[in-house]
Amino acid sequence: MPTVLILGAGSDIAVALARRYAAAGFTLQLAGRNPEQLRPLEQDLRIRHRIAATVHAFDALDFASHAGFYRTLPAPPDVVLCVFGYLGSQEKGQENWQEASRILHTNFTGAVSILNVVAEDMAARGKGTIIGISSVAGDRGRMSNYLYGSAKAGFTTYLSGLRNRLWHSGVHVMTVEPGFVATQMTEHLALPALLTAQPDEVAKDIFKAAERKKNVLYTKWFWRYIMMIIKNVPEPIFKKKKL
Amino acid sequence: MRKNISNWGNYPVLNCEEVSFSMEEQLLQYVNTHDRVIARGNGRCYGDASLGEHSVSTLRYDKVLAFDEENGVFECQSGLTLDQILDIIVPRGWFLPVTPGTKFITIGGAVASDVHGKNHHSEGSFSNHIVSMKVLTGKGLTECSPETEPDLFWATCGGMGLTGIITTVRFTLKKIETAYIRQKQIKAKNLDEVLQLFEEHKHYTYSMAWIDCLQKGDSFGRSILIVGEHATKDQVAAKAAKAPLELPRKMKLTVPFNLPGFVLNNFTVKLFNALYYAKNTRRVIENTVPYEPFFYPLDAILHWNRGYGKDGFVQYQFVLPMDKKDGLVAILQKISEKGWGSFLAVLKTFGKQDDLISFPMEGYTLALDFPVRNGLFPFLDELDALVLQYGGRLYLTKDARMQERVFWDSYPNAERFREIVKTWNPAGKFRSAQSDRLNFQFA
Repeated sequence: MPTVLILGAGSDIAVALARRYAAAGFTLQLAGRNPEQLRPLEQDLRIRHRIAATVHAFDALDFASHAGFYRTLPAPPDVVLCVFGYLGSQEKGQENWQEASRILHTNFTGAVSILNVVAEDMAARGKGTIIGISSVAGDRGRMSNYLYGSAKAGFTTYLSGLRNRLWHSGVHVMTVEPGFVATQMTEHLALPALLTAQPDEVAKDIFKAAERKKNVLYTKWFWRYIMMIIKNVPEPIFKKKKL
Repeated sequence: MRKNISNWGNYPVLNCEEVSFSMEEQLLQYVNTHDRVIARGNGRCYGDASLGEHSVSTLRYDKVLAFDEENGVFECQSGLTLDQILDIIVPRGWFLPVTPGTKFITIGGAVASDVHGKNHHSEGSFSNHIVSMKVLTGKGLTECSPETEPDLFWATCGGMGLTGIITTVRFTLKKIETAYIRQKQIKAKNLDEVLQLFEEHKHYTYSMAWIDCLQKGDSFGRSILIVGEHATKDQVAAKAAKAPLELPRKMKLTVPFNLPGFVLNNFTVKLFNALYYAKNTRRVIENTVPYEPFFYPLDAILHWNRGYGKDGFVQYQFVLPMDKKDGLVAILQKISEKGWGSFLAVLKTFGKQDDLISFPMEGYTLALDFPVRNGLFPFLDELDALVLQYGGRLYLTKDARMQERVFWDSYPNAERFREIVKTWNPAGKFRSAQSDRLNFQFA
């Protein structure tokens, strides 16, 4: 059975993805900062889907540990899902470098650090799939979340470069740009119901798109068009808006 | 984030803060820093029992923790819903020991309401099948069972979340050979006949009756009694016998928006009831059906609650002692005279009382829907007076409006329940709009 590694397995989107991949019979490697907290999910997947699952300690901000973490996995994964992220607080991050650096390093540096390791291994094996969860927030900077957005923009660009490079070694890289998703991360925000996806829908989209080797997935689908419009608003007008 | 929330009856609507958690640590942190907290599952109780200043949603806390497939013991987090549990256990030859009329409730809700099913007279309510559970009380996370911390255990079963937040539940399942029910439907022309039929069929594991409560005279209380047993392998049709634990997939209907009030009136309700009664052309029908329509006839219509319009509805479910048949007649007559009854009412018999403030007690129970309208609450107060007079009580899970005195006068163990809750929830941290309305005064 193929193996999927989920980096940041505690989030709502990660749980939905884990269940989707488990339903398809994958062996699961669940990685997160606090592996003990992932035990219930591990049990849940084993019992519901009768698949094998393991949990592993992984800290996106502990860059030095990444190579070692990857080496000690029970098997090299066929699919790697990079799901972790940190929304943080834009306002706090403007004044407080600690918050700003946590946003930047979790969403960008941490992701690059672990995916560099994964990329080397998959390139050497000549196969594999890397799926990075970026965000539509990276498509254009807005005053309300440009720290998070710029880190995700960097991640999106990193993934497109990686896709270009690894294609030549038979490795597929997919970028996922979710719009609003109803998760614990966004629970305190008033999101418009019509534009907001449930984690299950996002997971279903991702699984299907990865099977079809799509390059960039917007989920829900209409975000591609919303972002097309937003990206095309001229800067002199855009900057006057309080977005 | 604060938002307007209501439960299944769409009444009342309250502005609450709703937060969720998926890991124990997050829950502990939230409860330690907030007061006036109440757990909320899938919002299928009818009134205000899971609404309050801070509603903590358990829906993301939904992991299966253990399943002993040999002995039928299941353990999960409190936010897992019964439909998800059925999807896991039925294909492996197990069934829920007790299930209410909807599978869209969480296991935490099942415990807090101590739900009963069509098998109450034979197998008791949900609490009879719990091995142990964990509750985050005002004193911290505590494991309880009938042997360990029995006070906490029995006050949590049917305790409407007032002892704290149920986190995990371990319970026993029932072995089945097929996913089908061997059912028998019998038409009864009036109340006397259906009560007699209940008596004659009490050896059946499952029983209930649909009752048309708008009829008068000779057909007063005409109904269809439905009894059933889990079908054995040799009782299902050849096609189903190949995969006896699997059900054919079916489409679901939904009510997309609140229907305007005029759709449901005395005429349409009467018409519906007449058609429903007439659809059984023979007096007795015996057949084998999948478990879903037998246990969950309304689940096939998603959001059926919107049929009552935007003002919502309340469900009125009471129980009267077995020897108070005249009380049942008096109440039904009042409803029939008023003509405000619901589509169909559900009548069944209960076995003995389970625990402190669980709803069931040996007797007859009737559940009806009433759309919210002017004059409804005074009318229900009149019904309450009859229920009290005949020694009965109302189901807290479906209550949105009963007055304080009705509760305290009708639940004989209420005071003892309050004393136990006080020791586990000493600062009154866990409270709901309902517990405030009924004036529990923990702290």
